[in-house]
Amino acid sequence: MSMEEPANKFEASRHARRQLRGADLAKPLVPLAVGMIVLALWQGLTQYYHVSPIVLPSPLAIAHALVTHWRQLLFASWTTLSITLAAFVLAVIGGVALAVLFSLSKLLEHALYPYAIVLQVTPVIAIAPIITIWIGYDRIDLVLLVLAWIVAFFPILANTTLGLRSADHNLIDLMRLYGANRWQILTRLQLPTALPFLVSAMKVSGGLALIGTVVAEFAAGTGTATGLAWTITLATRNLQMAEAFAALVLLSLLGIALFFSLSALEWLLLRRWHESALKKIQ
Amino acid sequence: MIQFACSSYKLGESALVTTMSLLRLHRIAKTYDGGLAAIRRLDLDVERGEFISLIGPSGCGKSTALRIIAGLMAPSEGTVGFPEGRPEIGFVFQEPTLMPWRDALSNTALPLSLRGVPGPEAQRRAREALRRVGLAGFEHSYPRALSGGMKMRVSIARALASTPRLLLMDEPFAALDELTRQQLNDDLLQLWREDGLTVIFVTHSVFESTYLSQKVVVMTPRPGRIFDEIRLAAPVARDETYRLSAEFSADATKVSQALKLAMQEGKESTRHNRNIAMA
Repeated sequence: MSMEEPANKFEASRHARRQLRGADLAKPLVPLAVGMIVLALWQGLTQYYHVSPIVLPSPLAIAHALVTHWRQLLFASWTTLSITLAAFVLAVIGGVALAVLFSLSKLLEHALYPYAIVLQVTPVIAIAPIITIWIGYDRIDLVLLVLAWIVAFFPILANTTLGLRSADHNLIDLMRLYGANRWQILTRLQLPTALPFLVSAMKVSGGLALIGTVVAEFAAGTGTATGLAWTITLATRNLQMAEAFAALVLLSLLGIALFFSLSALEWLLLRRWHESALKKIQ
Repeated sequence: MIQFACSSYKLGESALVTTMSLLRLHRIAKTYDGGLAAIRRLDLDVERGEFISLIGPSGCGKSTALRIIAGLMAPSEGTVGFPEGRPEIGFVFQEPTLMPWRDALSNTALPLSLRGVPGPEAQRRAREALRRVGLAGFEHSYPRALSGGMKMRVSIARALASTPRLLLMDEPFAALDELTRQQLNDDLLQLWREDGLTVIFVTHSVFESTYLSQKVVVMTPRPGRIFDEIRLAAPVARDETYRLSAEFSADATKVSQALKLAMQEGKESTRHNRNIAMA
C-alpha cells in the first residue's frame, strides 16, 4: 500500500493551483471589463440619441440619483435588507427544526409535509392581500416578514429533510452497535450529513427571501415600512426613472452581497472535508 | 444431500465437545419482511481465538448472518448464544464508512466517545489503534485525502479502538486492488495473532478465505445454509512463501471444489423446489 498517495494528491492540487494563479487573477477582470463597456455604450448612446430620461436614464443620471437621494435610499435598503435577513434566519431555524422533527417522527412528516408543499406551490402574491388584511396595514413590516418567510422556508425544509435521511445506513448500524442513542445519531451523524444539503438550500433560500420581500412590498404596499421595491413603485409612478433605477441597482447589490456571504459561509463550513470544496481547488 | 447431512451431524457432535466456544448460532433462519428468504438454516460454533471465513455466492446470506451476530438484526428463527457473555464486538464493512467531516483520529475514537470514554483517554487509545494499523502520522488527515486502502485501515483501527474480542468483517477488502489487499491480509493476520481476537470474515474470494482462516465455512446460494466446514491445517504464521506453497494451493483447491459443489446443490435444490411446486 502506498503511503505517498495522499501526498501525491496534495502535490497535484498544489501544482494545479500554481498553474491557475495567473488565470485566477484575470478571471474577475473579464466580467468587470464587459460591465464597463456596456455602461460606456449606454452612456454614449443615451447622450447621442438624446433618449428621454423618462424612458431610459443614463448611468450618470442614475449615479446622480443615488447621491442626491442617498438618505432615503439607504433607509429603504435597510428596510428591505432587515426584513430579508429576518425572514431568512427564521426560515433556516423553522426549516431545520421541522426537518429534525420529521426525521424523528414519520407520522409527523406524513401529516404535515403535504401542507408544507401547499404553502410552497401557492404563489405568494396571491396570499399577500389576505395576510395583509389579517395582520393589518399598521404592521406592514410584519406582513412582509411573513410573506418572505413563506417563500424562503420550503427549500430549507425539503433539503434538510433529504439530508437527514441521507445518512449512511452502515454508519447508523455501527453507531447502534456501539450503543449510540437516537440523539447521538442525530447530532453526530445525521446533522453533519445534512449540512451540505442545508448550505446549498440556504443559497437558494437567501435569494428567495429577497425576492419574497420585494414581491410582498409590491403586493402589500406601504404603511409602516418603505423598502426598495416600494421606492421603485413610487418613483415610476412619478416618472422619476433615475431614482427607480438607483433603487434597482441597490436591490441587485443586496442580492449579490447575500449570495457571496452565503457562498463564503459554505466555504467556511465545508472546506475541510466536503468534495465540493475539493473540486474548487482542482 | 448425503454430504450435507454428514457435515451437519459432525457439527452437532463438535458442538457437544467444545467447551471454549465464544459464539453459538443455533438453527438461525432469516426471512425478510418482503418474503425473501436469506438464510434457511445456520448452525455454527465459533471458538475463542478462531479465524473463520464465511464464503459463498453473493446473496447467500453471509452479510445477513454477520448482522444477526452483531445484534443489528433479529433472526426469524433460532438463537444467537454467547456462552461466555456477549463480547465487545467490532464491525468492519465493505465500504470504509467513515465520517468525512471527522479526521482519522476522530473517526477512530467514535466508538470510545459513544461509550463515554473521556476525551484525552479516547484520543490516546485511538492514536494507538491508528499506529497499529500503520497510520501513525495520519491522525489529522480527512478521509478524502486518504487512499482506499488507508481508509480501510482507519475503519479497522476504529473497530480495534474499542478493544473487541469478536471482530466481524463483511468483505472488507473486496473493493481494493490486489497488492493492497494482500498487504492488508497480512496485517490483519498479525493483529489477530497479537490480540487473540476471534474473527468472522465474510468474503467471496477462495484465496482470501484460504489464506486467512483456520476454518472456512462454505454456504449455498440463497436461501443460504452451511454446505461444508473445511478446517485448514495451515501454519499460524503465514507469509509470501506460504501463499506460493503446495499446501496453500491444495487447501485452496479444496475450498474451491466445495464451493462449486455448494453452488450445484443450490441449483438442484431450487430445481427440486420448483418440481414440488409444479406437482
